[in-house]
Amino acid sequence: MSTIGYESWAVDLADVNAIYPFQGWEMPMTIIGVIFWLAWHRIQFVREGQHLEEARKMGEKEKIDKMLERY
Amino acid sequence: MDGNLDALTTVFTEFYYWVTVVFMFLIHVGFCMYEVGASRARNHMHTLMKNIMIIPLVTVTFFFFGWWIYWAFPNFWFFGGSIDFEAGAANLPWSENMATNLDDRITGVFWAAFLLFSWTAASIVSGSVIERIRSSALWVHAVLIGSVFWIIDAAWGWHYGGWMVQKLGYHDAYASGVIHAIAGGYALGVIMVLGPRIGKFAKDGTPRDIPPHNPWMLTIGIFLIYTGFWGFYAACNVPAISPEAIGGQITGTTWTATNIYLAPTSLSAITFNFLMSLSGGLMAAYVVSKGDAFWTFSGGLAGIITASAGNDLYHPIQAMIIAAIGVVIVYNLHYWVERKFKLDDAVGAVAVHGYAGFVGLVISGFVLWGAPSSPYEGYAAINPVGQFLGAVIMFFVLGFLPGFIVAKLQSMAGVLRIPEEVELQGLDYAEHHAYEDAKAAIIEADKAALAAKS
Repeated sequence: MSTIGYESWAVDLADVNAIYPFQGWEMPMTIIGVIFWLAWHRIQFVREGQHLEEARKMGEKEKIDKMLERY
Repeated sequence: MDGNLDALTTVFTEFYYWVTVVFMFLIHVGFCMYEVGASRARNHMHTLMKNIMIIPLVTVTFFFFGWWIYWAFPNFWFFGGSIDFEAGAANLPWSENMATNLDDRITGVFWAAFLLFSWTAASIVSGSVIERIRSSALWVHAVLIGSVFWIIDAAWGWHYGGWMVQKLGYHDAYASGVIHAIAGGYALGVIMVLGPRIGKFAKDGTPRDIPPHNPWMLTIGIFLIYTGFWGFYAACNVPAISPEAIGGQITGTTWTATNIYLAPTSLSAITFNFLMSLSGGLMAAYVVSKGDAFWTFSGGLAGIITASAGNDLYHPIQAMIIAAIGVVIVYNLHYWVERKFKLDDAVGAVAVHGYAGFVGLVISGFVLWGAPSSPYEGYAAINPVGQFLGAVIMFFVLGFLPGFIVAKLQSMAGVLRIPEEVELQGLDYAEHHAYEDAKAAIIEADKAALAAKS
């Protein structure tokens, strides 16, 4: 048994195509990948919104002045 | 791979594109350095992160759908065309060709070469919006320009069967329009909605210069972009192909390098022209900006971009002159637009990429008038009208309009720009506060330890 479809390389390479594991599962893998991508945007969007909202109230004038001077 | 010659050609082509991809990575390194150098200290980390995360986001989306668009869209809608599902099939994310496959050694490296162009397109937009855009908003634009709009334009005008090539005689060998004009136009659309940074314009509307925090970082950044751009040029070519494999009108048996349209050129020709257009751009920018260092360096880049549309065919002196003309136009246009429309293009991306790309396409239509756009029969020849229409499609239709519309929607939803308070204290406020507090605490602890010993 081999996840890539080959248990030995005693083959003519001209007859070899795909050699990645779990061939036939490309569509579910794509769906998982797309969900991962969209979920990342969602998580980042929510966190950034919260972060910016907190930041609006956070600034201490003295520290901000120092940052502006630092350029 | 039947036969030694086929095997050698395949392995050489695979290696060739792989090398170009590694070189092109330097473009992104350069853009990151340029953006961080141009931003102020209070925004450094966010500016860097904003550009770095373009890499994974555009990569995965270009895998999921960008690459498929390139192969499926060359004739979409126009002149009776439709989505080419057959050509697209091998480039879908669930295709066996889009993975480890010993029967296909080219798709991965060819996909990667296009992908690095996608990063570049997104990174161009990223530079113009620094210090005031929300990262989440920019990353939506990055996916749209990097994995949707630029690749649609590539399918139309940067594909051997694209409708723009067939009907308009559109010619854009090293991407004046398909990367630079579209990305510059897109950036223009976004900054029109986004607005300028606080303090950019005085109350009477006079623009203020916001000098870079670290000029040396900018300098190294743009030199890295030049270096990566060289790899980009090589990546735009097919390195070695026989007339038989092209299947067009070329006769005889002489193998050649070709541009993306499978029309003949050589690495030697584009090396001449890359260096001469870089030189023309640098020289003109030095003169027109009165020796301003950053406009001079950017002028080198703008010069190459202006000449890129025809750099597969130009004489090197033509490349030099065209680059110089482009830079003079771009420089003046940048300041005119800034004053007239109060637009804050933080790194001059709209000018260096957008205007230079547009102007380069228009000029190439005259200089290459009547030259064949393709080795295939029935294609329109290169001509001024086709190139002008192509420039409009790239800059306005696929660049400016989507950028403007999406930014407008984000603005209406209140998710485009950071709050004013945050802009003033800087995006890195939390990191800086934590840094300053930690620094003060450890200095205090060290002083206490020293006092205890004495």
